Amino acid sequence: MPTVSMTVNGKKVTADVEARTLLVHYLRENLGLTGTHVGCDTSQCGACVVHIDGESVKSCTQLAAQCEGANITTIEGLAQGEKLHPMQEAFRENHALQCGFCTPGMVMSAIDLVKKNKSPSEREIREWLEGNLCRCTGYHNIVKAIAATAQSMRA
Amino acid sequence: MATNGIGASVRRVEDFRFLTGRGTYTDDINRPNQLHAQILRSPHAHAKIKKIDAAKALAAPGVVAVFTGADVEKDQLGGLPCGWLVTDRHGKPMVEPPHPMLVKDVVRHVGDQVAVVIAETRAQARDAAELVKVQYEERPAAASLADAVKKGAAQVWEQASGNLCYDWALGDAAVVDAAFKRAAKVAKVDIVNNRLIPNAMEPRAAIGDYDMAKGTYNLYTTSQNPHVIRLLMAAFVLKVPEHKVRVYAPDVGGGFGSKIYHYAEEAIVTWASRKIGRPVKWTAERSESFTSDAHGRDHLTDAEVALDKDGKFLAMRVKTVANMGAYLSTFAPCIPTYLYALLLAGTYTTPAIFCEVKAIFTHTVPVDAYRGAGRPEATYVVERLVDEAAKVTGLDAAEIRRRNFIPRDAFPYQTPVVVQYDSGDYQSTLDIALKTADYAGFEKRRAEAAKRASCAGIGLSTYIEACGIAPSAVVGSVGARAGLYESGLVRVHPTGSVTILTGSHSHGQGHETTFAQLAAERLGVDIANVEVVHGDTDKIPFGMGTYGSRSLAVGGSALVKAMDKIVAKGKKIAAHLLEAAEADIEFKDGVFQVVGTDKKKTLVEISGAAYVPHNYPIAQLEPGLEEQAFYDPTNFTFPGGCHVAEVEIDRDTGVVSVVSFVAVDDVGRVINPMIVEGQVHGGVAQGLGQALLEGCVYDNKSGQLVTGSYMDYTMPRAGDLPPLKVSTHNTLCTHNPLGVKGVGEVGAIGSPAAIMNAVHNAVAPLGIGHVDMPATPERVWRALNSAPKAAE
Repeated sequence: MPTVSMTVNGKKVTADVEARTLLVHYLRENLGLTGTHVGCDTSQCGACVVHIDGESVKSCTQLAAQCEGANITTIEGLAQGEKLHPMQEAFRENHALQCGFCTPGMVMSAIDLVKKNKSPSEREIREWLEGNLCRCTGYHNIVKAIAATAQSMRA
Repeated sequence: MATNGIGASVRRVEDFRFLTGRGTYTDDINRPNQLHAQILRSPHAHAKIKKIDAAKALAAPGVVAVFTGADVEKDQLGGLPCGWLVTDRHGKPMVEPPHPMLVKDVVRHVGDQVAVVIAETRAQARDAAELVKVQYEERPAAASLADAVKKGAAQVWEQASGNLCYDWALGDAAVVDAAFKRAAKVAKVDIVNNRLIPNAMEPRAAIGDYDMAKGTYNLYTTSQNPHVIRLLMAAFVLKVPEHKVRVYAPDVGGGFGSKIYHYAEEAIVTWASRKIGRPVKWTAERSESFTSDAHGRDHLTDAEVALDKDGKFLAMRVKTVANMGAYLSTFAPCIPTYLYALLLAGTYTTPAIFCEVKAIFTHTVPVDAYRGAGRPEATYVVERLVDEAAKVTGLDAAEIRRRNFIPRDAFPYQTPVVVQYDSGDYQSTLDIALKTADYAGFEKRRAEAAKRASCAGIGLSTYIEACGIAPSAVVGSVGARAGLYESGLVRVHPTGSVTILTGSHSHGQGHETTFAQLAAERLGVDIANVEVVHGDTDKIPFGMGTYGSRSLAVGGSALVKAMDKIVAKGKKIAAHLLEAAEADIEFKDGVFQVVGTDKKKTLVEISGAAYVPHNYPIAQLEPGLEEQAFYDPTNFTFPGGCHVAEVEIDRDTGVVSVVSFVAVDDVGRVINPMIVEGQVHGGVAQGLGQALLEGCVYDNKSGQLVTGSYMDYTMPRAGDLPPLKVSTHNTLCTHNPLGVKGVGEVGAIGSPAAIMNAVHNAVAPLGIGHVDMPATPERVWRALNSAPKAAE
């Protein structure tokens, strides 16, 4: 079994994993970070999006072994104690989540968008979210939350 | 009003844990010493199982057990029960075939469960499942409704000749025939209500954990109604006493109906856990969800409406064939009957309606309730028909609706299809929606779109639905095998904080917030001091769960009843403490006060006295402050409203874009406007999915599911939706204590018809009369390119 080391939410972790272990399974099953979700088996739904070295990536598309030396942030690594990240706060304020299952992937994806595009248009936000499925919200409030975060971060 | 009470857009209590990755969904739970199950599913739509050889699988690394239908039979377990008995038009009960949790003899749809492989890890179970050798003898399949009703079609069940489950009818055919004879005009539609796959984002999962020391079965499951699962699994499948079973549905990632039903996997892991003596976990892969979660809709309908010379509806005749799939899922038989035909009056005064429904078995996944369940199908029939009626009479789509609306002063209104509407104001919701959508200015926008080689169209849907399901005696008289009340328990703690235990289940609806707002309003407690508990049969006395937009109307009403009892008891205690007559105590904003004096006690003081009864009317009153109530509604509730969709169709590609969507809904009293709007947004997205994107496709010959993944089944994405303009114009429900009607389903019920009416409105000038759902680019492109006036 290959040994893999990476930094997850600021903490160094090392483990022996089966070579076929996906990053998402490593996070959920080995590290107990169950905030990253599995919603499909074809890399379509985006519930498993995390940040690898600052980029949003579907963690079902990576083997854990590929992440040797990488710096990973999951949804659990965003808030400072009870203080939410501005994107999390905007999701709460704008009712951008209902069942919460797609939410971690949405938030991680959205943070990467506003990092890359400081003032995304409504259309750009909708297009960016192409890889994230939500069945509850109709996306309306998610788009609103992301636009609000971008605006507050510009202010 | 308390600032966090009724009418306040309180931010949700549950959001913190979901936003920080600290929700607890079933797959997030792992029990000590747990094993993993992989279900071996049928690759065939219809086949006889000749032999199952599990020797190789049993020898594979980590494998602990393989169970098949033979083991189920040996342990004398029951099948999955159906909760509704429909009696046909001749008084004959529906054909009710067995539904085994593991199939022993004949598989009847792709995905049917044949064996379970249980191993130390998920990967080992999955690897070993591939080593189980099943010898099948393939048989011809009937995968579509059209094929299944043909003469000589493959039979799903021997006992269901012609694949007929039941042949049901409602209404007086002779009265309807007579009305058609004297009609000035008749409008007709011949429509498909496309089969959908619910696709809650959280795949189903279940963990069985048998506690040998206590002799209790614990089931963790993705359910909308854990008590119902406990009842069905304990009494009918495992045949063990109900009190020995705990069902826990923790955070559940969406349901939309698909998590109401008792599924085989729940019983399999619970049973297997006892057999092996270790917890057994199963989590669906999305591909399994596609072939094992109950699907929705799937109707073929011919309908016609008879009109007088002024465009008034005289009568309606509806003929529907509905797909049941291969087995009867928990609520399946009632969906195309009592949740469908009873809504065919819509918002109109149509005096006579006759509806015939044939339910048909096919070699496909069972079909059951999916958001709206029967009511989107009814709305689609009625609202498409009304637009056709507008066409044949030359009336405007809004005008023909106005002429036929039930007037706002006509409530309570008895329809010809059993139900009595309690309240509504269809004229106003229509007027507000038309204004918001700038209906009057549409023709100008149509002309502008034409300059861009686009066809623009506008469509209305002035829908009704019945929810707040349901009066037990009423549903019992038409075949329900359960009551449909709800239970609630309100516990005021010694220090005055409150725990609410509800039989409703939240899987996205925000009950932890809305129900806390009820306590804030009725008991004057800050919502920070209210906890809402749901989903655990060990904590909550009883529950029927969440579906049919019933949580607030039924579950909320039970809580109000329980809170009323708290206040009544509190008044007795206050009267004693304040040395006043009970009749002189009034309760407001958390304070018991002697009317006309400044003598008062807070709820905190009263609860303190109730739990420390030193100075207390102990001879007349028990200590403690905790009350339970059951609420059984006296009628359904009838949300309704108007949806207006505006579309543009690209002439070159056939792509339909919804450029504007307005919803003005009447949902009764609104507790949390923010949550109400969110519910409508989500429902509309699912309705848009049905209208334009989603369609479950089976290969007719092989019965293989063609749309078996997100690469093939088109889920609505952010880019498919416009910003939604959502508002309410409410009349109160007259028969529940809150005046609430329910909002969970309105979006999915009203919107498909509005969008499809807009599509038809857009292509009508080209001479195109009919486009089916989903109006995909391919389908629309073909219509555009074979249109009589396409060359223009």
